[in-house]
Amino acid sequence: MRIALHVWRQVNAGARGGFERYDVPGITEHMSFLEMLDVVNERLVEQGKEPIAFEHDCREGICGSCGMVINGEPHGPVRRVTACQLHMRSFADGDEIWLEPWRARAFPVLKDLVVDRSALDRIIQAGGYISVRAGSAPDANAILIPKRNADMAFDAATCIGCGACVAACPNGSAMLFSAAKIAHLAAIPQGEPERFRRAYQMVAQMDAEGFGSCTNHGACEVACPKEISIDFIATLNRDLVRAELGWGAER
Amino acid sequence: MRRVVTLYRSSVGKKVIMAVTGVVWVGFVVAHMVGNLKAFQGAEKIDHYGEFLREMGAPVFGHGQLLWVLRIGLLVTIVVHVLAATQLTLMSWRARPVSYKVAPHMELSYASRTMRWGGVIIGLFVIYHLMHFTVGNVHPDFEPGGVHHNLVVGFRSWPVALVYIVAMGALAVHLYHGVWSMFQTLGINHPKYNRYRRPLAAVLAAAVFVGFVSVPIGVLAGAIQ
Repeated sequence: MRIALHVWRQVNAGARGGFERYDVPGITEHMSFLEMLDVVNERLVEQGKEPIAFEHDCREGICGSCGMVINGEPHGPVRRVTACQLHMRSFADGDEIWLEPWRARAFPVLKDLVVDRSALDRIIQAGGYISVRAGSAPDANAILIPKRNADMAFDAATCIGCGACVAACPNGSAMLFSAAKIAHLAAIPQGEPERFRRAYQMVAQMDAEGFGSCTNHGACEVACPKEISIDFIATLNRDLVRAELGWGAER
Repeated sequence: MRRVVTLYRSSVGKKVIMAVTGVVWVGFVVAHMVGNLKAFQGAEKIDHYGEFLREMGAPVFGHGQLLWVLRIGLLVTIVVHVLAATQLTLMSWRARPVSYKVAPHMELSYASRTMRWGGVIIGLFVIYHLMHFTVGNVHPDFEPGGVHHNLVVGFRSWPVALVYIVAMGALAVHLYHGVWSMFQTLGINHPKYNRYRRPLAAVLAAAVFVGFVSVPIGVLAGAIQ
């Protein structure tokens, strides 16, 4: 198949970027989206041109490295997959495909489609942890918890921190990411003691990073390759109120 | 109070305060709508109800005093609601300085997309509405205390009735997303009951819309004379 790419090219964080069009013949539908970009890059290198920078690591949808807005949709048109798990069979011969980096003030573009997502790491550093050693895997299994809580914690823990929620949100809010982390740790006994302090500190960091404010559109939930539910955002909100008003443990 | 101020500082706290002030206004809107239905019971009933609103609280409060307390309460809550909304909107606009070339066409509902400007439209309508039926300076034949007379004369003009119906549509859309958002923001969620939240918001919004527009339609159709 033959496609046309419009790719956001930006030399570095300080440079002005713009779209460049690439005519891409000789693509097979079995290629993954990133393999298609690899082919484009090989051709660019052969021509002595700068390849398109994009992030990737595991290419099996579990690391959270890849991510770009493909035709207006974070991770592309297929639900529940990351960009690396998207295949060219999801496109048609002759398609025009627009590739843009995640757009958020908190995610400055480093180069082309690569953005700096350290802001999400700093939200984790602000409270997304358990302060004491919680033991190794057998210790966790020694504490019995209801299946429902275990499932809820796991559903939240599937977040890979790719940032698609921020990219999809019309407000550039990081609420789904923060909520997944807060709800994950709040649902298990090891995380319970620091529950309210965690909510307070992570929300404060989220605000400080320059993310926007959630208006419950639900775009994040649709974009999330891991189907994290916005129900977790309600959990975050409840924990924050309890932390702020002092109904929970001290923050 | 200090805790409420620190709560207000965070983005989530501002939303919580928007939710709480929103609940106050939902209560007001529902009470107002139910009161309006007295228009169908004739001039005497609704004029009497209008007088009751001024007399309520007696003998502790004098004529119209409790009404003014409630009005000031509503004014304060709406100012806080709008202030928080404005601050959060500016925060969100700042959060995406470069917009997408191909706009993300995620599944945003019409109601959620129109919360901000819809809210502004409702605010402007409320100012017109107060000038029309409370102060009476934009009413062709305003009679203080003549609630039934005022609304019949007011709504006989179909453009005026149309403005009311459209504004109530905007209010219903705002409530549909607002009530659901309120559940979400106040953390009122439970896996068992979450599926009832959107239908509840829809039923409330629809009830408010139907209740309010029944009066101008009743006047135009001749059911209220």
